[in-house]
Amino acid sequence: MILAIASGKGGTGKTTLAVNLAHAFGRPLQLLDCDVEEPNGQLFLPGDALVEEIVTIPVPQVDESLCDSCGECGRFCAYHAIVSFGAKALVFAEMCHGCGGCAKVCPQKAIREIPKRIGVVEKRKSGDIVLLTGRLDVGQAMAPPLIRAVKECLNQNMPAILDAPPGTSCPVIVTIRGADFVLLVTEPTPFGLHDLKLAVDMVRELRIPFGVVVNRVGSGDDRVHVYCRRENVPILAEIPDDRRIAEAYSRGNLIVEALPEYRDLFADLAKKLLKAGNGGGG
Amino acid sequence: MKVAFTTSGSDFSAPLESRFGRAPKFLIYDLDGESFEVIDNQQNLNAAQGAGIQSAETIARSGAKALVSGHCGPNAFRVLAAAGIKVYNTNAPTVAEALEKFKAGKLEETAAADVEGHW
Repeated sequence: MILAIASGKGGTGKTTLAVNLAHAFGRPLQLLDCDVEEPNGQLFLPGDALVEEIVTIPVPQVDESLCDSCGECGRFCAYHAIVSFGAKALVFAEMCHGCGGCAKVCPQKAIREIPKRIGVVEKRKSGDIVLLTGRLDVGQAMAPPLIRAVKECLNQNMPAILDAPPGTSCPVIVTIRGADFVLLVTEPTPFGLHDLKLAVDMVRELRIPFGVVVNRVGSGDDRVHVYCRRENVPILAEIPDDRRIAEAYSRGNLIVEALPEYRDLFADLAKKLLKAGNGGGG
Repeated sequence: MKVAFTTSGSDFSAPLESRFGRAPKFLIYDLDGESFEVIDNQQNLNAAQGAGIQSAETIARSGAKALVSGHCGPNAFRVLAAAGIKVYNTNAPTVAEALEKFKAGKLEETAAADVEGHW
């Protein structure tokens, strides 16, 4: 089973949920930190980095002796990563999505692809949990290829939790695509609800079964609950607004270890998810 | 020779736009024919990325050999330089005043981008 944890709004508790849930399953599993611009799962699951693998994307390199400035490459590229008009083709590697199209359409065969480093995938073990962390290099803008590289490390024979970046744009889509179930974490605030709606639209579009976890319950109002009732979206867990949770988090501690009274909350959620995963519910 | 100006309006009295890549419009003035055309740049105004590159391409296609604007970022500058377009930065408030300075030779050609990308 592949479980993705996403949210519209940032800071709702995706990582909190991911690391505590990973623990609550009580069996060997993989946790993939796909929030490659700011991975922080390793703060809660310490362990030595066993392997670090460099991730590259192919970017074009122009042989100027062959380029006749026809401009086909620039017309093909949707991201203006290669431009040519009356002059030799210019490459803007930081905008390249690595599709290889420019090299294919070049009539002069003047373009070849060279690897450009965008980040790393770190693999570490913390108890029963295999943590795979994608880490985008500072200054790089292309998260999706790195997220795909993290997901390629996934062992299909072992359950996996994917910690997605916030939002509803490409990096999130790349993360949750192929998941069996998505948990959307939100908070009971106007902003939380606004972005939850976007996230619900996203997972419905992708036709992935999903449920909601409301974090910091008691801090806002009931608008998220009202929405979920109206939309028939199951709320699978509610984490109370408890200052001690924030304190444990700030020290890099797991809630299930620092505050044992919350163990059942995560264990129950794990049980519901296993049931949903087996029965294809949601 | 044609000269391109960045602007938010459609004639010479309009303000000179300080941004290049995300300028709302380009006024292309033909020094020889003393005529002008206005090119809309709305598409790049809203572009997520690559606005400077695309705008530089628009200027190159217009046939302009010089660009007068407030500022020019690194990617746009690379494209403009490759296309042989000279870049002049000025804080002149209107297109008319920028044109006057250009004609009088009071603008100095810029040798490099004067701002970072996405400034």
